[in-house]
Amino acid sequence: MEIPYVVHPRRDTGLYNAKVGIWLFLASEVMLFGALFSSYILLRVGAEAGEWPTHLLNVPIGTVNTLVLISSSVTVVLGWAALKVGNFAKYRACQTITVLCACAFVGIKSYEYNDKFHHYQVITKDGKVFDGHLVSRDKEAVVLHGHQIDASKGKALGVREASRHGDHGKEIEIKADDIKKIDNYGPAHNTYMSIYFTLTGLHGLHVVAGALVIAYILWPGAGMYKTDPERYINRVEVSGLFWHFVDLVWIFLFPVLYLL
Amino acid sequence: MSLKAIHILFIIASTALCFGFAAWAFWTGSHEEPANRLNLGMGIASAVLGVALVVYGRYFLKKLKDVSYL
Repeated sequence: MEIPYVVHPRRDTGLYNAKVGIWLFLASEVMLFGALFSSYILLRVGAEAGEWPTHLLNVPIGTVNTLVLISSSVTVVLGWAALKVGNFAKYRACQTITVLCACAFVGIKSYEYNDKFHHYQVITKDGKVFDGHLVSRDKEAVVLHGHQIDASKGKALGVREASRHGDHGKEIEIKADDIKKIDNYGPAHNTYMSIYFTLTGLHGLHVVAGALVIAYILWPGAGMYKTDPERYINRVEVSGLFWHFVDLVWIFLFPVLYLL
Repeated sequence: MSLKAIHILFIIASTALCFGFAAWAFWTGSHEEPANRLNLGMGIASAVLGVALVVYGRYFLKKLKDVSYL
């Protein structure tokens, strides 16, 4: 039995099956990310004045990643438009760029994550706070490349704040016996880092999934273009809708996490 | 909603982000002593990108004028 409306739209809805399906899926995604965004906002407005950490993330790197995703959305839609007028070569070139942009995004994000896992904060027993990247750590001492920060603002300040004031850091050796607390800027560091890793990690998984789908349609699944071109073009459109949703999420994530 | 419609929505959101980011970068860059050149540079680049996105949006609308929004 042939499944109806896989290519042509239903008269009542004006949509073909896959488009109805992707919009239902995207509605559930909006609820997922909406709940996480709401959590972030509630946690932030509920924090004590001056306690919420700021300036912990690298804005230029986040900006580059934003540019990468905006470019990828443009290439997705230009590829789809090229395919609609029968230009398969241009479609393939555009989608290849999209997949490369996705790889670049994930690569840059991995660099950011790696940086956070090597970025430490040390609080000594006499109340001093040191912040910087781990150089070495053994039973006797910890060596950081960073600086001592104002203990009264210790919870809120990061490396960027100090670098702005001309302090680019130096090697600091702290004896293990003097350390009261040491931890990196991973998800367990504080509420902000926890929600940062949750939101960006979930978004990153969506980027990977979207890139895999686009790559599948582009290479192993491209045979359908010869046998059923209209259905193939619909598949490209549906993958493009998902990709745009992923990029729109980042357009909201970037200012909320990096700038505010 | 078709890919065309969501792309237009995306370009509007991206343009707003570019101009918003430019304003943020100019404000933070100029309120530091000495002025933060990196932020000022990012602000200029972001404003230029915002204008480029407006131009692209118009080109896109013209190019896909025959494609449905549904």
